[in-house]
Amino acid sequence: MSMDQRIDPALLRDPALLRGLTQRRYDRRDIMRMFGVGAGLGAAGLALAACGVKGAKQAPATQDDVAKFWTGKAKNGHLDFATWALYMPTDHAPLTAFTKETGVTVNYQEVIQDDPSWYGKIQPQLAADKSIGYDLMVVTNGVELEKLIQFGYLAPLDHSKLPNFAQNADPIYRNEPFDKGNVYTIPYTSGYTGIAYNPTYVKEPITKIAQLWDPKYAGKIGMMKDPQELGNFGMLLLGINPETSTQPDWTKAAAKLRAQKPLVRAYVQQDYTKSLANGDLWICMGWSGDIFQENASNGSNLKFVVPEEGGNIWTDNMTIPKTATNPVDALMMMDYFYRPEVAAQLTEFINYVTPVPATKDIIAKDAAAATGDDKKTLEAVLTSPLVYPTQADLAKLKHYATLKTADAQKAYQDTFLPISTG
Amino acid sequence: MTTTLSPAPNRPAGRTRSHGRLGDRLLLGYTWLVIVWLCLPIGVMILFGFNQVQGRYNNRWHGFTLQWYAHVFDLDGLTNALKASLVIAVLSTVIATALGTLLGVALGRYRFRGAGASNLVQFAAISTPEIVMGMSLVAFFVALNVPLGYLTITIAHVMFSLSFVAVTVRSRVLTLDRSVEEAAKDLGAGALDTFRLVTLPMILPGVTAGALLAFAISIDDFVVTNFTAGNVETFPLWIWSAQKNGLPPQVNVMGTFIFVGGILLALANAVAARRRPA
Amino acid sequence: MGSLRARLTPYALVLPGGLWLAIFFVVPTLILLQFSLMTGNEADGYAFTFAWQNYSHSLTTYWPQFVRSLEYGGIATALCIVLSYPIAYWIAFKGGARKSTYLFLILLPFFVSFVLRTISWQFFLSDNGMLLGPLKEWGLVPADFHILQTSVAVVGGLTYNYLPFMVLPIYVALERVDPGVVEASYDLYCSRTQSFLKVVLPLSLPGVFAGVLMNFVPASSDYVNAEVLGGPDNTMIGNIIQDQALTVRDYPTATALSATLMLALLLGIFAYARALGTETVLEAAAR
Repeated sequence: MSMDQRIDPALLRDPALLRGLTQRRYDRRDIMRMFGVGAGLGAAGLALAACGVKGAKQAPATQDDVAKFWTGKAKNGHLDFATWALYMPTDHAPLTAFTKETGVTVNYQEVIQDDPSWYGKIQPQLAADKSIGYDLMVVTNGVELEKLIQFGYLAPLDHSKLPNFAQNADPIYRNEPFDKGNVYTIPYTSGYTGIAYNPTYVKEPITKIAQLWDPKYAGKIGMMKDPQELGNFGMLLLGINPETSTQPDWTKAAAKLRAQKPLVRAYVQQDYTKSLANGDLWICMGWSGDIFQENASNGSNLKFVVPEEGGNIWTDNMTIPKTATNPVDALMMMDYFYRPEVAAQLTEFINYVTPVPATKDIIAKDAAAATGDDKKTLEAVLTSPLVYPTQADLAKLKHYATLKTADAQKAYQDTFLPISTG
Repeated sequence: MTTTLSPAPNRPAGRTRSHGRLGDRLLLGYTWLVIVWLCLPIGVMILFGFNQVQGRYNNRWHGFTLQWYAHVFDLDGLTNALKASLVIAVLSTVIATALGTLLGVALGRYRFRGAGASNLVQFAAISTPEIVMGMSLVAFFVALNVPLGYLTITIAHVMFSLSFVAVTVRSRVLTLDRSVEEAAKDLGAGALDTFRLVTLPMILPGVTAGALLAFAISIDDFVVTNFTAGNVETFPLWIWSAQKNGLPPQVNVMGTFIFVGGILLALANAVAARRRPA
Repeated sequence: MGSLRARLTPYALVLPGGLWLAIFFVVPTLILLQFSLMTGNEADGYAFTFAWQNYSHSLTTYWPQFVRSLEYGGIATALCIVLSYPIAYWIAFKGGARKSTYLFLILLPFFVSFVLRTISWQFFLSDNGMLLGPLKEWGLVPADFHILQTSVAVVGGLTYNYLPFMVLPIYVALERVDPGVVEASYDLYCSRTQSFLKVVLPLSLPGVFAGVLMNFVPASSDYVNAEVLGGPDNTMIGNIIQDQALTVRDYPTATALSATLMLALLLGIFAYARALGTETVLEAAAR
């Protein structure tokens, strides 16, 4: 940036230049002219969009659609896989084994941070019928998955190519309320939302959602920002079943959550384990596998509990975008994860609920064969209700509120989002 | 250094009275204090690029190491994001400098109908909040069903950089001595030659300043890019999404590189400016 | 022929840049305004229905965040003026040969991405981090004291990020002050303080106004500082717009809020610009 910005005084005395510099007497006319031009351009813009912007909703897929999508598609030998952080052993062993066996190379990217921003990233491409750069992606059930299905952005799955799924998947995953009959999705892993806390600062056992409202922890409480997670906890506290809830229930839960607000330090998204570990938060809503991993990898001693009033259960699902360039390869990968030995490998690292019950035996065998720390970790995985829930546990866990229509989604979000935004 | 006709005002050095010297010292101390405050987070960032991180979070000092400098390109996503940022920055700087220089020369040199309107639009472009710009671009691309990605990011970057370049060039143009150009015309040079051989070298400091500014704005931009990126990740976007899971030390290292690189560029520009004949 | 060419030259020069701005700035702004009057959603599409209720509904819901943003932006700008003026004064009048060096040092932070700078502050200010950890150990602050997730942290972040944008315009204005004028005031028996208040300060005001312009607008519409350093009570209108646009994907509400923000700020700016003359502000902004 130069220093010599001085205007020569001789030039400044030139009246023509002064007039030119100030230009005031052109202002009004030029503004009008600008508006004229702007209006002209605006009319063009309006003409473009005058009829409005088209809606994205599509009719649900039929068997014909399945056939139509998959005819003519063949294996290409490559696959782009988008998923969440820490969803694959660090050495990528299952992927290497897959490549060795099938010849399909896998470009594995942990690019998904949260569903709304992921949806926001891929939606424009999908709406314009363009590739999003990935053939296989893992999406949580919720508003975004609902939209992806309703707007026809996902490929209907060809179940004739998913024998392992048919054989090994736990029956409860075959008829999830958000995708009955697994038309578009099959689960990758399942998990719970409960309460995580740091026993260094929290001296009593935590067992109830109501303890998140305890003034003793004022200023050290964390709640999740996501409206579906937050709303569920509010409703569970009041004894309402979120899966069948309606607007009056939401309003009641929102009131209870607002009452809690002065005690809450932050409404978190992903970074709560960091805050719990370093003492910024003492007690927080959290995801089961996160705490397991935090303790294992960073040596923290955080605790996780499914509260008495209940917790949230969600599923991260494998889906194929309709514009995928390598859908057949994606389908092969999806089925590969349902081999019990592969599923066992994943579970031992991810520590979330696996959709393949047969893994339990395999991990038991691995634990028997292991020694020392490895043995302890594996046994912990085996006995953990966070990985192998009992029927009693499952009865306490509830899915998110069912939001099928755009109006319901908006009403729900408008009820709970303002709580976290002051 | 300047092309003014009158002599530069003479600032007597060290013009103080005895009680003024204390005031001067205080001001100097205060200035340095603020500079230290401004550079504090950068120091922290550079420091923790040398941290022997254990586990996922780079938040406690564990010891000095250079390993991250050796492994700086290990994270594919991050490296690609950095590459994307650089490519977009270079591309948008080139386009914005070209368009902005022309615009700056026109507005600084000529009086014509529509100059007021152009001024107004430029002014609005500089002063509109980024979030409004991002929002309107998204609305624009959604209405036209244009997929978001490299193209839309570059378009957006050029759009807000070119006003900055234009304003910088124009303030340089306003200080130019027209008589030199008139002399060139008297000596038979055509308009294009005059521009190329006379005007352009004289406004070059303004042009390079504008180009540097455009580059810095583009490589650092977050808000507008967040709205228009689709699933392309640039360096600031990558940092933003990764911070929730803990930033890897490679980010600190890359930040240090960009920081040092920027300083070198600015110093080079200053040295070149000093060497440039007035 | 030559004169026609000469007359067309400015238009030819303006055309490429002007066209780019027209297509990618003016038109999107109009489409923003258009969207703000539409009803609908992603599933069913959007229709233009002169939906003024978008404005009334979103403003009544988010009025507190609007006011808070203007508040935070205003306080940050005021702090910037107070903090920058002495620096700008010192560099302009006493900097001597080292002027460019000092300016360069002030601008140094901009070579690091502002997202990274803000995250570094979050790290530095964490409850038991580099600043508070030692203070708490020495008992200088209570154990449950925290800076993050307070308005102090957010305003501090805003002040930090936009300080150089205030130093530069004030410096430019002060640098232009002819020391002959100051000398004249001394010759007329002004004390240093009087000379400053009556001569230097008024001459520097255009720079201050330019700095206010370049600070207040981005500071009020910022959301990064609020998101990284702030808590649930510090949400600014930028966060709301971001949420509505990218998470909830309610374009009518998001665009209505954006349009209101833009109009409010632009009106203020044009008022300033009218008062000063656009040229001075643009020139100062060029720095």
